[in-house]
Amino acid sequence: MKITADTPSALTALDRPNSYIGRAVPRPNLQRLMQGRGQYVSDVTLPRMTHVAFLRSPHAHARIVSINTEAAKKSPGVVAVVTGAELAKVMTPWVGVLTHLKGIKSAPQYPIAVDRACWQGEAVCAVVARTRAQAEDACELIDIVYEELPAVTDPETALDPATPVIHEALDDNLCFERKLDVGDVDKAFANSDAVVEATFVCGRHTGVCTEGRAIIADWNASEQRMTVYQATQAPHMMQDLFAKHLDIEAGQVRVLTKDVGGSFGIKVHTYADEMATVALSKLLKRPVKFVADRIESFVTDIHARDHRIKGKIGVTKDGVITAFEIDDLTGIGPYSVYPRTSGIEANQVVNLTGGPYNCPNYRAQARVVFQNKNVMCQYRAVGHPIAVAVTEGLVELAAAKIGMDPLEIRRRNLFADDSYPAQTASGLKLELLSHHAALAQLDTMINYAGLRTEQKALREKGIYRGIGFASFIEVTNPSAAFYGVGGARITSQDGATVKLDAQGAITIHSGVTEQGQGAEAVLAQCVASSFGVSMDRVRVVTGDTDNTPYGGGTWASRAAGIGGEAAWQAGKALRGNVLAVAGAMLQAKPDELDIRDGLVVDKVTGAERLTLAELARVAYFRPDTLPPGFQAELMATRHYVPRAWPFAFTNGIQASYLEVDTDTGFVKLLRHWCVEDCGTIINPQLVNEQIRGGVVQGIGAVLFEQCLYDERGQMLNGNMADYLVPMAVEMPDIDCGHVVSPTADSELGAKGAGEAGTAGAPACIMNAINDALRPLGATPLTDMPFTPGKILKALGKV
Amino acid sequence: MKPAPFAYKKPRTLDEAIALLGENPDARILAGGQSLMATLNMRLSAPSLLIDINGIEGLGEIALKDGAQNGVIEIGALARHVQAERSETIATHAPLIACAMPTIAHPAIRTRGTLGGSIAFADPAAELPACLLALDGEVDAQGPKGKRTIKAGDYFQGLYETALGPQEILTAIRLPAANKDTRVGFAELARRHGDYAIVGLAASARADGKGLKDVRLAYFGVGATPLRPLKSEAALSRGDIDAAVAALDLDPHDDIQATAAVKKHLAGVLLRRVAAQLMEQRA
Ligand SMILES: Cc1cc2nc3c(=O)[nH]c(=O)nc-3n(C[C@H](O)[C@H](O)[C@H](O)COP(=O)(O)OP(=O)(O)OC[C@H]3O[C@@H](n4cnc5c(N)ncnc54)[C@H](O)[C@@H]3O)c2cc1C
Repeated sequence: MKITADTPSALTALDRPNSYIGRAVPRPNLQRLMQGRGQYVSDVTLPRMTHVAFLRSPHAHARIVSINTEAAKKSPGVVAVVTGAELAKVMTPWVGVLTHLKGIKSAPQYPIAVDRACWQGEAVCAVVARTRAQAEDACELIDIVYEELPAVTDPETALDPATPVIHEALDDNLCFERKLDVGDVDKAFANSDAVVEATFVCGRHTGVCTEGRAIIADWNASEQRMTVYQATQAPHMMQDLFAKHLDIEAGQVRVLTKDVGGSFGIKVHTYADEMATVALSKLLKRPVKFVADRIESFVTDIHARDHRIKGKIGVTKDGVITAFEIDDLTGIGPYSVYPRTSGIEANQVVNLTGGPYNCPNYRAQARVVFQNKNVMCQYRAVGHPIAVAVTEGLVELAAAKIGMDPLEIRRRNLFADDSYPAQTASGLKLELLSHHAALAQLDTMINYAGLRTEQKALREKGIYRGIGFASFIEVTNPSAAFYGVGGARITSQDGATVKLDAQGAITIHSGVTEQGQGAEAVLAQCVASSFGVSMDRVRVVTGDTDNTPYGGGTWASRAAGIGGEAAWQAGKALRGNVLAVAGAMLQAKPDELDIRDGLVVDKVTGAERLTLAELARVAYFRPDTLPPGFQAELMATRHYVPRAWPFAFTNGIQASYLEVDTDTGFVKLLRHWCVEDCGTIINPQLVNEQIRGGVVQGIGAVLFEQCLYDERGQMLNGNMADYLVPMAVEMPDIDCGHVVSPTADSELGAKGAGEAGTAGAPACIMNAINDALRPLGATPLTDMPFTPGKILKALGKV
Repeated sequence: MKPAPFAYKKPRTLDEAIALLGENPDARILAGGQSLMATLNMRLSAPSLLIDINGIEGLGEIALKDGAQNGVIEIGALARHVQAERSETIATHAPLIACAMPTIAHPAIRTRGTLGGSIAFADPAAELPACLLALDGEVDAQGPKGKRTIKAGDYFQGLYETALGPQEILTAIRLPAANKDTRVGFAELARRHGDYAIVGLAASARADGKGLKDVRLAYFGVGATPLRPLKSEAALSRGDIDAAVAALDLDPHDDIQATAAVKKHLAGVLLRRVAAQLMEQRA
């Protein structure tokens, strides 16, 4: 494990005395969580609280002919049995489209299916009871007559005229389509010395959170207010949506988000069953709790990555990449997920393919189709693992074809480190990246030459090891370009309010949220550093729409870069306010003073002038002693939104070293490396944890995880025994390295780091497997996840 | 994922437990609960009564006892996996069980799960049933008609189906203790450590000069019960590994983790690996 130096080398605005920027300080919430004193939604119990269980469709596609709830209503403990038609009177349906995804279409989705169930697992009836067990008992007594309809499951045929249309009003099963043609692709291929084509498949998988989705809705009829306790990444977005679909004011809704046990993009969407829970509380005028269990999570938590991409690359014999071309097809379930849509993933694949390379010729087509399976939407590193797999898979196949080293072909094509600002063929604007510096660091870190020698020696003994790489770029710190411009009421700005209490300690309220990644630590570090106190003097409050500044929450690697900058600026602003009070008290010029380690000091000599406790005492209890007309302002709010760039792109490169057992098709991961550049590193330990956790999720995608469906749309492995999440024993050591290219868009200069690991790991392991098997003449493997069976098949052994 | 309502009783004696089984035809025995509770929570079964046998004294011992020729290892039904994993007696006298233990699930599950539960449940992909068969062990059962002993070869009858009667409780398993001639081999292939295997093989044999005799191979994960490929056993006794692999006559089904063809191929790979283990110990 390599952790970057505790203190940054060159002095910048961030290098305040006792700065926490760049230091691996522990998270302030660690003790609480480790002692089991976290407060997750399931820990919350309210007076008169009820529990809802949903009866879910056993069919992928079926007309609901009748629902008989008589027996269920009489079951012990039952408060209400509610159908979709009944709930539709309480809550309006939604349609998951955005205007900047031209032509995207979807059908209205209801909290509970009305007349028709469109995937196996869709809720068709709700039982509210005193306990969850009683609600489940009563679910078994509901009698539903279904008329099974043909299920559309294969994206390849979803658009065929012979295939039934899932939503008649939409005319066809096409949700969204995007085409792009830049440069002269045909000419570039014609002028290439080698053209390589391959079809890549990413397996449909999901983000398995330690804590399942959970929500309590509490409609208080006396106040006409809805209080929602929810495990979500975006409390303000949910506040807006609950209000909109209950047809009340946003101010009538309060969303509270305390501890969240992982999210990975799973908890940033509108889920029908959670909307239903809110509607049920309004209907029944009492608290209703819903906690998704594992079995229902597998068929309702969004799935992702189910893409088939035909890819093509052209290269000259000198290794210059002449063109990329892709044709992406993805099936996203029966509805585009609200409000972020299910078009973004394919859109990202189009945006990101070829992204690290300075190649002007690029043609892409992406089609997003409806099908009768669980919905797909944004999961950690949206689209990146797919685009990186296609790009990096093609690059290494091309390198092999022309007999060039895989690092050398990258050196010849990656955007030069001095070529920024730059723009990719797809039009992404890049502020400042460091592909070559990262590659050089990786080369040394892994002792590449040494590894190749070892690999060669072992091959002679019949041991097949592979080395694979993946360069990548990652979207972080999104501006309004991501959602706002498309009409979604999802804010890209974020705020922080910092206040000095009467003993000189600090409280920060922030609009970003904590889901286990350490966002609260980052906020505390930023504000402690810019204001000038030790971290134990900072308390962080997040996740309360009544009390925190309006903010986007935590997704798209934005919490540190955007929320952190707001916190940094708010801390600075409060320092200014406090020094104004100090100046008044000390009859000194505020700009000759500073706050360091909790003391007001002389800026030049560092001599102590005043404690913060004394300053607070005077400001709060003896303001009469301050000069006439002087008003102390001991609370400051700052907001921040990236404006100069639509996204703060980061970059990096990963390497994998692994061994394939050619008798069994089993892959043993020996080591994994990632060198990335997330700009200013606020907390190296948290960054490295993000990278490592992200790599592990990528390993899940490439070797283990897949939501398997049969042709009738039944999920076959929706449980933790059959759906294989990556586990510790199979994971390699993961080494992290860093290059630092801060963004000039913020004073902090931090970009995001949450998704880099996930973006690159699948491609790099795929490349390593193919590198291992190349001497055996195996067909290149491009169909993830790479199970032992697929590897044996590629080796011709089964 | 909440079980349907059920009654719960915790008898203190075997007789009491057997009587309860008699009175409640759809009752289920609760041992470690590591397999049973999952099926209840998923509502795959809904017994009206759970008879918790954890309060019955004397069912948790692991002991070396005198047998006809050599010793016999007796493992009480309630012995936890972790007990077997850490037992000196098992390590010395039942080395095959010792090899298998670390591959069964994860520490938390091994802390609760029992050897008796595993044999009673008879999951076709479980390690212990195959070990019992490879070692030619026995199962002790007690029911309303008294005690009886069932040979491993007669015990496993079908998918989750055993020779245990509906009112019988498995009280112990018995294995011949290893001696200096005993050879064992064990290998399994699971995607992740602790998972049920895609295919696994437990084997025992006796050294016979430079060769092996009494070779017993028991595959798991490739059929409804642990399976012995008799022709392969004979070939191995002749020392012919290639013939043993060629003679494999398993007929597995596709499952979520692997196709039948992959399972068959892997079974052959395991046979070579396990044969090598059996031979290596010969020196
Ligand atoms: C995540 C996970 C992974 C696992 N992986 C593996 C694995 O890799 N390999 C493996 O072998 N097992 C595995 N198991 C199962 C585990 O080993 C169980 O402990 C074992 O199968 C059953 O033992 P138990 O004591 O928990 O039985 P219980 O769950 O209590 O009972 C199982 C069944 O046997 C019956 N029963 C139990 N005891 C008796 C008795 N004395 N007489 C008559 N009937 C009885 C019960 O009525 C029930 O039907 C796994 C379990 C889990 C949860």
